Amino acid sequence: MSRIGERFAELAARSEKALVCFLTTGDPDIETTGKLALELERAGVDILELGVPFSDPLADGPSIQASSQRALMQGVTIRKVLDLVSQIRRTSELPIVLMTYLNPAQRYGLERFADDARDAGVDGVIMTDMPPEEAGEWKDLTDRRGIDSIFLLAPTSPPPRIDLVAAAATGFIYCVSRTGVTGAQKDLSMELQNMLPAIRAVTDKPVVVGFGVSSPEHVRQVCALADGAVVGSALVDMVARNGTDSDLITRVGDFARSLKAGTR
Amino acid sequence: MSEKLIKLPDERGHFGRFGGRYVPETLIPALDELTAEYERAKADPAFRQELDYYLDQYVGRPTPLYFAQHLTESLGGAKIYLKREDLCHTGAHKLNNVMGQILLAKRMGKKRIIAETGAGQHGVAAATACALFGFHCEIYMGEEDTHRQALNVFRMRLLGSEVHSVTSGTRTLKDAMNEAIRDWVTNVRTTHYIIGSVAGPHPYPMLVRDFQSVIGVEARRQILEAEGRLPDRLIACVGGGSNAMGLFYPFLNDPVAFTGVEAAGFGLDSGKHSATLVAGSYGVLHGSASYLLQDENGQVKETHSISAGLDYPGVGPEHSHFKESGRAEYVAVTDDEALAAFQTLSRREGIIPALESSHALAYTTKIAPQMGKNEVVIVNLSGRGDKDVEVVSKRMEVAL
Repeated sequence: MSRIGERFAELAARSEKALVCFLTTGDPDIETTGKLALELERAGVDILELGVPFSDPLADGPSIQASSQRALMQGVTIRKVLDLVSQIRRTSELPIVLMTYLNPAQRYGLERFADDARDAGVDGVIMTDMPPEEAGEWKDLTDRRGIDSIFLLAPTSPPPRIDLVAAAATGFIYCVSRTGVTGAQKDLSMELQNMLPAIRAVTDKPVVVGFGVSSPEHVRQVCALADGAVVGSALVDMVARNGTDSDLITRVGDFARSLKAGTR
Repeated sequence: MSEKLIKLPDERGHFGRFGGRYVPETLIPALDELTAEYERAKADPAFRQELDYYLDQYVGRPTPLYFAQHLTESLGGAKIYLKREDLCHTGAHKLNNVMGQILLAKRMGKKRIIAETGAGQHGVAAATACALFGFHCEIYMGEEDTHRQALNVFRMRLLGSEVHSVTSGTRTLKDAMNEAIRDWVTNVRTTHYIIGSVAGPHPYPMLVRDFQSVIGVEARRQILEAEGRLPDRLIACVGGGSNAMGLFYPFLNDPVAFTGVEAAGFGLDSGKHSATLVAGSYGVLHGSASYLLQDENGQVKETHSISAGLDYPGVGPEHSHFKESGRAEYVAVTDDEALAAFQTLSRREGIIPALESSHALAYTTKIAPQMGKNEVVIVNLSGRGDKDVEVVSKRMEVAL
């Protein structure tokens, strides 16, 4: 079982849900992302999602767009993201998922990416712009290396697509809370209440919910229905506001602790 | 249509290793809906009849295939015919596709239309059709392009559309398309996205090609009438590639050479160009696999062309397939060569061409003299140049 599967099993035994936190790798710089990752683990975060920056992030709202730009200015590449994962792995067993658009991975070489991701200690990969029907080759590569391939479901996905994604996904299913791009919001979409039962009806795989989940209260609401919550833009915004301030790490840690409380 | 013609794309939208659907999950059901509606519409004679009515009565089709006698004589080689898409309503070929898509949107019961635009020609066409059919219309345009093509921004607003100036990334067509896709992901249930080129996720490359094929269907009939034979070569500019695909496609199984002309900007060696097929590599952008201008890490490169409509780092997937299968050749001409052709056609034939089309003309001035006097080329004059007069005057350092 992958680190991700083990984590969900442990959480289930404790009647707890998963907190998944997203950081854009290299914003404000690679070193800080490394420190933030370890602080998130100390704060009780269950799965870390590391974003690979891309020049044209068409599924992302303004927060992650700007964050990706800052990371690219730092010269962040897939190789550097993988090096950071290797570095985190020296001291940590925190499950790590890479979130990337297809093109940087494609350019790196899908087989090489799968090899190097396994060697670095990556547990799962989300390709934002690659639905299961385009993912045949990639799924073979990841399956053979024991890397989870995580696919997304959206409020617009009809039952046949729920079946398709549920069958293809390993690790967990990423359920997008609303029609839209990533970004913090005040109130959670009501669509979840219809989506979750439809997904549960066809699969036992863990389902986590992201997009717009930005407060401890949101995490609590999501975790009443799903197996976990993903917080991304709210953290990215916090990094953007505090830049390289010395108390950035503490603030992010405190915020993550408050989010984690919502999963218990 | 012969079987060979309708073979591609396959049922999942692939042209060989190109095409497909590389978009967030949220959009896949809308793409399925659009594909299904398009199949139903194609089988419905009433749809074809309504589209033909608007192409005939509103767009002004068929457009002439004009023998450019003076240009032909001055170049001293092949006979040059111009397919006069510049005479379409709104001044370019873009309305052919927009009319088809707006009728599909109507059938699907969508209330709101969005579109991306580079030079503004597609944006103006979308705004025009939305005015005609009473749709709410929002257009995304890169901030840089809103300056280069201020006249078209004003035209879109006059037609009742909202124009969003896009300030992310390089502030040109690719960023406008990113922003339009983000809007569509958010409002997909009520909104139809009219993509303006043979790019984007399946079914767009196919359906835009089919709607633009009216260009080649007419040109084929017209050249047979005029010359009693097929042409030797077709020449068209390629940004995303819709006017080129529209001209080429109906000649697919004929012994006719295809040349697509990309923008070499300040020169291929300068790195400041938009010659995706000539100088790019395999990649994925805006929903399909195709050639792409990218760096060694898969980040999309900044492009340049004097022509806003060609200033795009991607290209339609079927063109990539044509390149790889050898069915078409792709070349590139510089800003300066395009500007020279812009002036040549204005003076020789009294036709001011769009800067985009001037790229096709520039290549024609190179190749026609090398061809025999009994040979025939058709150049797609995809748009008129009124919109470009200010940019050209600046480049020529003429104060207006």
